[in-house]
Amino acid sequence: MALIETQKLAKFYDVGEEGVQALADVSVKIDHGEFVAIMGHSGSGKSTFMNIIGCLDQPTSGQYLLDGTNIGGLSRDELAKIRNQKIGFVFQGFNLLSRTSAVENVEIPLLYNHIPAKERKRRSLLALKTLGLEGREYHHPNQLSGGQQQRVAIARALVNEAPILMADEPTGNLDTKTSIEIMELLVQLNRDTHTTIILVTHEPDIAAFSKRIIQFTDGRVISDKEVIKS
Amino acid sequence: MISILSTLRIALRALWVNKMRSSLTMLGIIIGVSAVIIMLAVGTGASQKISEQISSIGSNLLIVVPGSSTQGGIRMGGGSQSTLTKDDADAIQKECSSVSVVAPMHNGSAQVVYGNQNWSTSIQGTTPGILEVKDCGLTAGRNMTDQDVRNANKVCLLGQTVVDNLFGSMDPIGQIIRIKKIPFMVIGVLESKGQSLVGQDQDDTIIIPLTTAQKKIFGTTFPGMVRSIMVKAKSAEDLTIAERQVNDLLRQRHRMGPTKEDDFTVRNLTQMLQMAETATNIMTLLLGAIASVSLLVGGIGIMNIMLVSVTERTREIGIRMAVGAKTWDIRVQFIIEALTLSLIGGIVGIIIGAGGSAILSAVVGWPTVVSPLSILLSFGFSGLVGIFFGFYPAYKASLLNPIDALRFE
Repeated sequence: MALIETQKLAKFYDVGEEGVQALADVSVKIDHGEFVAIMGHSGSGKSTFMNIIGCLDQPTSGQYLLDGTNIGGLSRDELAKIRNQKIGFVFQGFNLLSRTSAVENVEIPLLYNHIPAKERKRRSLLALKTLGLEGREYHHPNQLSGGQQQRVAIARALVNEAPILMADEPTGNLDTKTSIEIMELLVQLNRDTHTTIILVTHEPDIAAFSKRIIQFTDGRVISDKEVIKS
Repeated sequence: MISILSTLRIALRALWVNKMRSSLTMLGIIIGVSAVIIMLAVGTGASQKISEQISSIGSNLLIVVPGSSTQGGIRMGGGSQSTLTKDDADAIQKECSSVSVVAPMHNGSAQVVYGNQNWSTSIQGTTPGILEVKDCGLTAGRNMTDQDVRNANKVCLLGQTVVDNLFGSMDPIGQIIRIKKIPFMVIGVLESKGQSLVGQDQDDTIIIPLTTAQKKIFGTTFPGMVRSIMVKAKSAEDLTIAERQVNDLLRQRHRMGPTKEDDFTVRNLTQMLQMAETATNIMTLLLGAIASVSLLVGGIGIMNIMLVSVTERTREIGIRMAVGAKTWDIRVQFIIEALTLSLIGGIVGIIIGAGGSAILSAVVGWPTVVSPLSILLSFGFSGLVGIFFGFYPAYKASLLNPIDALRFE
């Protein structure tokens, strides 16, 4: 059974006189342990697609099965629980809480998973250590570089041991060198822990780190192929 | 829902980040709570003072005075007629079932002398029952006896003011004082009662046997005449029944036909004071209600700040939702934040209110009483204000769409 399966997914935004068809007829299957890059120009619907499969947004029509569960009929709180336990997010703008230390940022998903304080701290420190942020645990986001902030965000996404990591333009705010570091981190993560990674990007260089590229244009999938590594 | 402790830490951090804003918001609650505490303290103080006065004149008390007399078309004041006798008093004691004690009174004022000291004071000729009627004890010596009344003995009980003026620090018991030049032996000293409602010194008095007063000090227009009769009912509930029984009995004894006007008046002293007490209680409530308005305004301040805070932190809410915060997690977070504001404000307000009441007592001299109830009430009320005015912003925050909240700039 596929981890993620969408059938004729569509999203329609009711803006202006005509409205916008952000997604049309998207049927995609993603299996456990895949590393998928979703590509497309801005406005191609790739982010909308990720928000829907990330349970942050609801499709207008079509079906979405996550791990065999139909997401369509779930309540806000049930979706929150899925996001908490199955999906970790990494965003372009890092989305860390300001004036909050790295370790406390990483703790947040555990907080909503009712993990006791001591255990939260232990796991968060461990996740930060794994990502090479030892010594920076109590720094606030504004005291960290972009690459370090993104590592904190990845630690936050991983700390709850979610099987899926979704990254929306994770390197968009980073320089080339740091971007490569972050991407290598994701590749390593995918290889070592079999975490399913879904990456949204418009840069072919970044997409090249993945194993499969799904190309979006005007809300439709126009190509879906394996990456041949040279 | 996530643990309250973790939420509290988040709330305290959020409030700490905006110290100025948080403290100004709290100020609204502080002013409201301290106003409520001070107003209730002033009101409670006033009604407690009245309660003290009620118990100082004796509880469940009726006073029977003679009616007014008319001489040649000129109406004299109440009590100018001489219609009450000791026999009336005895009959009330014997026949009125709701009456516990009766004390007939024959009083006036006279100059008293001890050694080289002299003092003018009120003399009350009465029976031993007077102490029970007035709920008054003795600090020294003994009460007079029925024997003293029967024999018209020259004994007396002194109020504290009289003792102070005649004897200073000396022990008065067993000493002889002269009232209108007649020697009396001091047999007891009355417990201090302080001022009456109208500011009269209730300790400036001497009690002597009724018969002695009638025969040797003031004289009477006819034998056995008394100026008033004090009647104590068995209980507060019996008071009105006792009033009616006394009224009926005296009409019968004075042979008044159904159409004839009473030649006496029964006054219910306790009732008058209770009315005064009710009035102060209403006043306390009113003061409290007015002060509550400022607490309400403080609450609206909290709501205002929380709404601003929700808008400012939309992104934070989005992040929390993205990583798994449920509707109630978000709601509780903002409610706890509002509650923290209002409860800290409440505690500071209670301290300031209690301090303010003490200052008011010390400087202006108003009696104030900060009751535990008023503290509990205003603390609870400020908590309610926090929950009530925090709920709407929290509710608003919890309904945000995670993706919209994340994209909010």
